[in-house]
Amino acid sequence: MTLWWIGDVVLLLVILPVVVYLLRGVLQAAQSIVPSVTEISAVAARGSEDLDAAPLLLRTKQQVTQTIAGVADYGGSLDVILDDAEGDRS
Amino acid sequence: MTVLAVAAPAVVMILAVLLIVLALVFFLVSTIVALRRIAAGLDEVITGVGEIVEKSAPVNDVVKAINEQLDAGVDALEGLLVKKAGLGDAMGLIEGAYPGAAAAGLRNFPDSAEVDSPRIGETYTRGTLTLARLGREAPIAALSPHGAVLRNVEGGSLAARALYPDVRHTSPENLPNSPAIGAGAPEQYERREDIGAPRKRLPGRRP
Repeated sequence: MTLWWIGDVVLLLVILPVVVYLLRGVLQAAQSIVPSVTEISAVAARGSEDLDAAPLLLRTKQQVTQTIAGVADYGGSLDVILDDAEGDRS
Repeated sequence: MTVLAVAAPAVVMILAVLLIVLALVFFLVSTIVALRRIAAGLDEVITGVGEIVEKSAPVNDVVKAINEQLDAGVDALEGLLVKKAGLGDAMGLIEGAYPGAAAAGLRNFPDSAEVDSPRIGETYTRGTLTLARLGREAPIAALSPHGAVLRNVEGGSLAARALYPDVRHTSPENLPNSPAIGAGAPEQYERREDIGAPRKRLPGRRP
C-alpha cells in the first residue's frame, strides 16, 4: 500500500512535470519556426518578382548583337577609309 | 474498508495517468498545428524558389552570350584603333577622351599601359577629320562632348574644325586682315622708277 502511494506521488510530482516540460519545449520550438518560414516565404515571393525582368535579357542580347554588328560594319568602313598607322605600313 | 483503502491509491494513479494523457494530447495537438503551419509556409517557399529557378535558368547563357559579344566588340575596336593610330597615338586618343584611362591600358595590348602617350592636340593629324566626322563618340570629339552631334554629311569637315582648340576656327573675325595689294590696298608701296626704264649703262662686252 505504501509503495502504491509512493508511486502515485512520483507519477504526479515527477513524471507529469517532466512530460509537460518536454512537450512544452517541443511546442515552443515548433511555434518559433512559423514566423521564420513566413518571412522566408515572403522573401522568396519578392525574389521571384525581382526576376520578372530577366526575360528582358533576351531583348538585351538581341540589341547587343545588333550593336556589335553595327560596330563591326562601322569598323570595317573605317578600316577601308583610313590609312594604317605609320609604323604598321611596310 | 480494505477495498476502499486499496482503491484510493488506484484512483489517484488513474487520475495522474489521465492528467499525463491530457497533457500529451494538448501539447502534441498544438505541435501538430504548428508543424502544419510550417509545412504550408514551406510549400509557399518552394513555390517561390521554383519560380526563381525557372526565371533565372536562361540568365547564365544570355549573360555569357552578351559578354562574348561585347568582348568581340572591344577586341575589334581596340585592334582597329591601334591599327589605324598606332599604339602611342591610340593611347593618346584614349587619354584625351577619358583622362586617366590610358593608365589602365588596352586589354589586348599589355604594353599599352607603359606607352608614353603623346598629347593628341600636338601630334595627331592623320585621319582626325575623318574620325571627327564620325560623330560625338569619336575619340577626337573629346573637346566638345556635350555639344551637338558633329556628323554632318554636307559640311562634315567644317564641323570637324570645331574640335580643334584653335582660335582661327572659333573667332575668325578677330584675326588681322590678310595683306592686300592693288590701288585699294590699305598700304601703298612706293613704285621704283628704275623698274621698267631703259638701262642707263649697257653691260660691257667681253673682249
